[in-house]
Amino acid sequence: MTKAEYAIEVMDLRKSYGDNEVLKGIHLRVERGQVFALLGPNGAGKTTAIRILATLLRFDSGTARVFGHDVVAEAELVRSRISLTGQFAAVDEELTGRENLIMIARLLGHSRPAARNRASELLAAFDLSDAADRQVKTFSGGMRRRLDIAASIVVTPDLIFLDEPTTGLDPRSRNQVWDIVRALVADGTTVLLTTQYLEEADQLADRIAVIDHGKIIAEGTSRELKASVGDGSLHIRLRDPKRRHEAERLLAQTLDVSVHLESDPTALSAQVSDAQAVGQTLIKLAHAGIEVSDFSLGQPSLDEVFLALTGQPLEDESIAAKEHVA
Amino acid sequence: MTTIQPTLVRAVPNEALHRALSDRKRPTRPSSWQVSLIFFWRALLKFKHVPMQIFDVTMFPIMMTVMFTYLFGGALAGSTSKYLYTLLPGILAQTVVFITMYTGVAVNTDVAKGIFDRFRSMPIWKPAPLVGALMGDTVRYTTAATVVTVLGLILGFRPDGGLFGVLAGLALLLFFAFSLSWIWTALSLVMQTPESVMMTSSMILFPLTFVSNILVDPETMPRGVRAFVNINPITHLVTAVRGLMHGNAETGDVLVVIAVALALNAIFAPLTMRLYNNKNAR
Repeated sequence: MTKAEYAIEVMDLRKSYGDNEVLKGIHLRVERGQVFALLGPNGAGKTTAIRILATLLRFDSGTARVFGHDVVAEAELVRSRISLTGQFAAVDEELTGRENLIMIARLLGHSRPAARNRASELLAAFDLSDAADRQVKTFSGGMRRRLDIAASIVVTPDLIFLDEPTTGLDPRSRNQVWDIVRALVADGTTVLLTTQYLEEADQLADRIAVIDHGKIIAEGTSRELKASVGDGSLHIRLRDPKRRHEAERLLAQTLDVSVHLESDPTALSAQVSDAQAVGQTLIKLAHAGIEVSDFSLGQPSLDEVFLALTGQPLEDESIAAKEHVA
Repeated sequence: MTTIQPTLVRAVPNEALHRALSDRKRPTRPSSWQVSLIFFWRALLKFKHVPMQIFDVTMFPIMMTVMFTYLFGGALAGSTSKYLYTLLPGILAQTVVFITMYTGVAVNTDVAKGIFDRFRSMPIWKPAPLVGALMGDTVRYTTAATVVTVLGLILGFRPDGGLFGVLAGLALLLFFAFSLSWIWTALSLVMQTPESVMMTSSMILFPLTFVSNILVDPETMPRGVRAFVNINPITHLVTAVRGLMHGNAETGDVLVVIAVALALNAIFAPLTMRLYNNKNAR
């Protein structure tokens, strides 16, 4: 095995569908053993990038290497190191969960008994034993997704692509998927995942690249990215709307940030870089006799990250449709 | 670096998950033939899970045979057993030829669902899913053909060609059906949905099978229709199958059918493979 430095190395990758430039020169480097998140809205080019890296899609120019192997010239070698879990569960709905896993195991070269054992082991590990012999079309979204990931690790790959692994899942299923991802990484698999949720990238990823309109507009650790946005967003609602301007002044002073007045006349919000200061602000409001009816300090949303990085709120639908067709 | 301490939910058994993930040994890559057989197994599993498919290849042909035999038998040939003498090989061909369109529908469904991408991103022989599906279809054709033939024998079909003649007729028919199914697989790779594949193939198959010599003697048809019937490959197929089953086949008829089948293979098999390998890759 050649010792390549990076699990993924992408240089100036470009791809167009007709006049529509989907990837406008992407650069990426993912170290072995990392979880790397591509964060962006629908139609930003995330799925296109993953499909290229998984040897499924041709591109116009640039280079893409996986463990040092060119994804075009050495596609077979790349395929033997990777697994892909696409946006739509890639399992056969008419077969049972067990039959799906046995099929994949047999395709990868397991003998019949070995394939059967491996299927049982995976079904147990993914909490699917009870449903194992039901047709997949009766599965819930979360179960389908788990089966899909199980199918991707019948032979534990060195690199796994997870395209929006938790989109559309309920919180419990989402947590289960996150745990699986963490276990994969702990076992040495490199993970490239795409997501629309900053929280997900934050929870799982060592590094995050923010992608928008086919370009990477920021890259770094979760901490670095958030530093550019602020630690979180503070939302406050007052009992008395007449005192909003007073509250605004006070917030601006204590937190040293610009305060946004929401359309709700009782509400105001701010991006804060220092969560500690929030406590003091609330105390000051109380001292000034301004009553707060509720407040929250949360992760900045993807919207807010985009606003901070691009100076523009995100708009996505235009290219999104195109990407799905392709 | 963020923490990667697993904080596992109880629902996912931690130990089992780690054990399941520690299997990194990659078994030896199976041959193209082995992989195709696994996809063949997949096609067979679908018969088990989707009983409607069995219905299509058993009940439907039974219905057609019984219906036409008793509807037209007396009127056209004087008696049902006389009519069966010419009808059965024809209805056999019609049934099997119709079933070929399911190949296209199945391939299109795979492509529409994500599973096609999974297969393509695996280190396996690329055409294997297609080859396995086609192998599964031959089981379908054989089942339908057997059902119709046995039913015919029960109803009073007495082939003059004997067992050998019947088997020869069936063999020719199955070969033709396999060759024809390439058209639908090629079509299924350019069309958007399984429904549109089904629509298009029915639109082609209905006139091809009905405007032929299957049900009635073309002699009574108007000249234009007769001209179509005479160039219709299904007519030649039916003539050849009838000939073989009754032991009076003309070599010319059989050769025409074989030539058409070979031509279909030569054109549509490579076209299908090409479309398949390039599908979603641009």
